[in-house]
Amino acid sequence: MVAHLVKSYSRDLETLLAEVGRMGGLAEGALIGALDAVVRGDARMAREVVARDAQIDAAEHAIEQSILRLLALRQPMAVDLRQVVSCLKVINNLERIGDLAKSIARRSLVIDPVMAGPALRGLERMGLLVHAQLRGALDAFAAQNVEQALHVWRADDDIDAHYASLFRELLDHMVADTSTITVGAHLLFVAKNLERVGDHATNIVEAAYYFITGEPMPGDRPKGTPVIGSDMVQASDQVRLGPTSD
Amino acid sequence: MQPSMSHRNGASAATVDVKVHARKVSVFYGAKQALHDVDIAIPDRSVTAFIGPSGCGKSTFLRCINRMNDTIEGCRVDGVIEMDGNDINSRDIDPVLLRARVGMVFQKPNPFPKSIFENIVYGPRIHGLATSKAELEQIVETSLRRAGLWDEVKDRLHQPGTSLSGGQQQRLVIARAVAVNPEVILMDEPCSALDPIATARIEELIDELRENFCIIIVTHSMAQAARVSQKTAFFHMGRLVEAGPTEQIFTTPKDTRTQDYITGRFG
Repeated sequence: MVAHLVKSYSRDLETLLAEVGRMGGLAEGALIGALDAVVRGDARMAREVVARDAQIDAAEHAIEQSILRLLALRQPMAVDLRQVVSCLKVINNLERIGDLAKSIARRSLVIDPVMAGPALRGLERMGLLVHAQLRGALDAFAAQNVEQALHVWRADDDIDAHYASLFRELLDHMVADTSTITVGAHLLFVAKNLERVGDHATNIVEAAYYFITGEPMPGDRPKGTPVIGSDMVQASDQVRLGPTSD
Repeated sequence: MQPSMSHRNGASAATVDVKVHARKVSVFYGAKQALHDVDIAIPDRSVTAFIGPSGCGKSTFLRCINRMNDTIEGCRVDGVIEMDGNDINSRDIDPVLLRARVGMVFQKPNPFPKSIFENIVYGPRIHGLATSKAELEQIVETSLRRAGLWDEVKDRLHQPGTSLSGGQQQRLVIARAVAVNPEVILMDEPCSALDPIATARIEELIDELRENFCIIIVTHSMAQAARVSQKTAFFHMGRLVEAGPTEQIFTTPKDTRTQDYITGRFG
């Protein structure tokens, strides 16, 4: 794109994108670390992810300040305005991803890898998928790539499908062997948190799409496979199988 | 609000009526073409902003709407401009009467060298809108109230208009334009000589006036166009590049030239 007549304005906008990219890297790192902590039972990594969340929060705060400054001093219009507003949305989602990663890392400390058994492999597959989505979303945003944004947006379905099958698998284990209920419940929360990270990645590509095109993402957000059968949805309405968030 | 334009003459569209409709308007100064085939429908009871770099043709086009270009030697206007479906350049239209229907406010406040009172009653008097002293007094009060100036000047109506501050003078000129009950008010950079407070007063006034008038404003301030108008038209090198709801022009302009101009990327 042609540069601004006022060069420092172009620099401000470039710096903003770079800062958001850097914060994206922090959130991505937290997600990978949290996943490692669960899958390999790496307690040191778990504590590191928890400690590093403060960096993500600080980055969000700093970028918010840059955005306020840009809005007040530059009064951005058109694509610049869309960039600034999209960045604001993206950092909000990244901050949430950081929190979810922290929550997964914390939980990994109480998950017994032996008890978790083969379910960890399913969780790892789902985690890698979520990570690919997040990376794709951040790349699409940074490169302002509409095709990639749409690709990531459509692929959220796969995460939901993985979550549904993992949910079913863990439930089967818990029903068959009640001694796995504690670890199974923890793993369910981890899976749920990963699925939420996927949703945040979807929000990020929606912001990217608006930034690039000025239009909202066309059509309805892809709806994944229902996690539990309709009979169980009814049951959950009455008996609440567990808290929906933690 | 997204004005939906109808191409039928003065037809009532879904949300707004078209007050001024230009078709293929070109303006020549001698051999030089200053404006190329401008097509635009301007809604009634709303504010339309013309933006664009200096020399883009926006003021030239504005001056077509009250036939001010007629007074310029060697100037020729092609194409059709309709007001309420009637061609304003037709032989039956008297330009003087047209200018009573289409008022104009300029960049520099230009009150007549007369009292505030005389500034307002000048137009109504020559157009025979009022004769008795009571009627004229009524027009003065109504016009000054509409221009938001009454409370500031009601005790000194017989002092010279030029004794007022710049912002007050500009509101006096607007009151003078309003006094003849025009249908369209053209404003050519009405705030460029005013400070931010006086500008805010004029913008507030424009916002009130749009309930009753079709207002067209030429402005170099993009922020002002965004603040006061419902529709924005971007001119560049004598062409109308893009026109649409103000919100759309400032968030998602369709043409790269519009985008480059409003974001400050014009090189």
